[in-house]
Amino acid sequence: MRAVVWITERSWEACVDEAAAYVPADAEVTLLVMPSAETEEVVAGGRAGLFGRRPPPEPAPGLRAISEEAAQGLLDDARERLGREARTVVRRGRAEREVVAECEGADLLVMARDGERRLGPPSLGRHGRFVVDHAPCRVLLVWSVAPPGVETIPPPPRHPPGEEPLRPPHEAGPPPPPTP
Amino acid sequence: MSEAAALLALVATLAAAVARPRLAPDWAVAAACAVLLVVFGVLSVEDARSAAGDLAPTLAFLAALLLLADGCRAAGLFEALGAAIATGARGRPRRLLAMVFAAAAGTTAVLSLDATVLLLTPVVFATAARLRISARPHVYACSHLANSASLLLPVSNLTNLLAFERSGLSFTRFAALMALPWLTALAVEWIVLARAFRSDLEAPASKRAVRAAAVPVPRFALGVVVATLAGFALSSLVGLAPVWVAAAGALALAVHERRGPAALMRAAEPPFLVFVLGLAIVVRAAGDHGLQSAVDALVPHGGGLLALLAVAALAAVVANLVNNLPATLIVLPVAAASGPVPVLAMLIGVNVGPNLTYVGSLATLLWRRVLHAHDESTDLGEFLKLGAMTVPPALAACTLALWLASRVV
Repeated sequence: MRAVVWITERSWEACVDEAAAYVPADAEVTLLVMPSAETEEVVAGGRAGLFGRRPPPEPAPGLRAISEEAAQGLLDDARERLGREARTVVRRGRAEREVVAECEGADLLVMARDGERRLGPPSLGRHGRFVVDHAPCRVLLVWSVAPPGVETIPPPPRHPPGEEPLRPPHEAGPPPPPTP
Repeated sequence: MSEAAALLALVATLAAAVARPRLAPDWAVAAACAVLLVVFGVLSVEDARSAAGDLAPTLAFLAALLLLADGCRAAGLFEALGAAIATGARGRPRRLLAMVFAAAAGTTAVLSLDATVLLLTPVVFATAARLRISARPHVYACSHLANSASLLLPVSNLTNLLAFERSGLSFTRFAALMALPWLTALAVEWIVLARAFRSDLEAPASKRAVRAAAVPVPRFALGVVVATLAGFALSSLVGLAPVWVAAAGALALAVHERRGPAALMRAAEPPFLVFVLGLAIVVRAAGDHGLQSAVDALVPHGGGLLALLAVAALAAVVANLVNNLPATLIVLPVAAASGPVPVLAMLIGVNVGPNLTYVGSLATLLWRRVLHAHDESTDLGEFLKLGAMTVPPALAACTLALWLASRVV
């Protein structure tokens, strides 16, 4: 069995703990980090956007080196926390596409919800949504922070579609009496 | 014919500044265009000389500020700032964002937009990486605040310097009028960014946050910056031009850091000064040959709230099309005809407006996309979305704040 664990700065502890708990001991584990290319581009683009200026050379080490060092540090921490042999991979490019590509041939992907801390669709961000929808393997989706309770789910609509179809106001009869 | 020549010169200068061709650097193109316009009689020698003369004090001021910022860099002020941010954040992403806001707002206001973009942003990027905290919200905040926090002082942005000379305001009155718009811009940015990145900021505190190595605080450089700032405030009371205060600050740092003439020369960026001068002359020629009357027809006159909003919006549009420096040179003469407050409204437009993109203007953005079309693709939709969410409310709220301040101050 091959398992890919996609970690970020925000989620690495939760993902590693879940992987340690649920990935079989004989599985081959890959820890994956995606440095944010867009963040590097925003730093570099700001320099390029200064009209007419000749910016001093980029401070050493370069942006790419800094983010790759940080990614490597994160992987080292994750491997130590996992407490077992694991392959470490740093990929660059569009996060969602690269994660799916790394999952090719894998049996399991462990990843964290990358959206808001609430139950419901917004708990998955854009990238997370794409990966969940396109991963060619099983997905173990974890929370990086304690999830909110189920009581936070709003009540269902009073008249579910099908039971009483919605009609435009001018066709609708008098409103139903309020329930106590 | 003259109209076409002047416009062509302007387009060539802007194109060179955006594309930065190796063989024809922007400063050389700007200077050549300015000279050609005078040689062919499109602009009279007197007009060119008066445009250059008008700009000379601003250029001297700019050179002093570039030296001051570079002196702070050489003294290690930004590394110390990075260490202070790292310590203050205590591993918490939201605290880190607050620290970055304070650092970026302060750096931009005092040492200019360029200092934030060139010197602070890389430090923030490295700091977040070292703390194992996602750098994205913090880098985006730097990028936004470099523009929107550059409203406060005449020294915060080259656009402000140009407008300051023209507006006739004193240093302190400029700051007093712009304090409320500046705070408003910071508030809008905080509300939008903290909300947009709330999931990143909710991340658990980074327990493994590496303790920042102790970086010595360059006390002398910090003292010079504070003294320069105080000097700016006092200069208007004693009737001293603030350029002398900036020059004194730059000199003090240069002497203390024992910097050689070559390093100082590089830091003052003579090609940049030539570029600004050339661009100003080219814009003057284009202005005299129809551009100014065209802008004049678009810009409403007067100091009413609606007129101020219209000036800010128009300035933001022009800044986004070409960049805020030419936008200022183009809109400033028209805005200045209505008095100092419309000039400040124009500054809100040219300073806050460029946040729609992260590279200053659509022209630069398109060019960068062309250049990097074959590189690994980056998805910058998020940045553009944030720009669209912050710029319109910030423009409106800051202009309203300016209008209120102009009634009170």
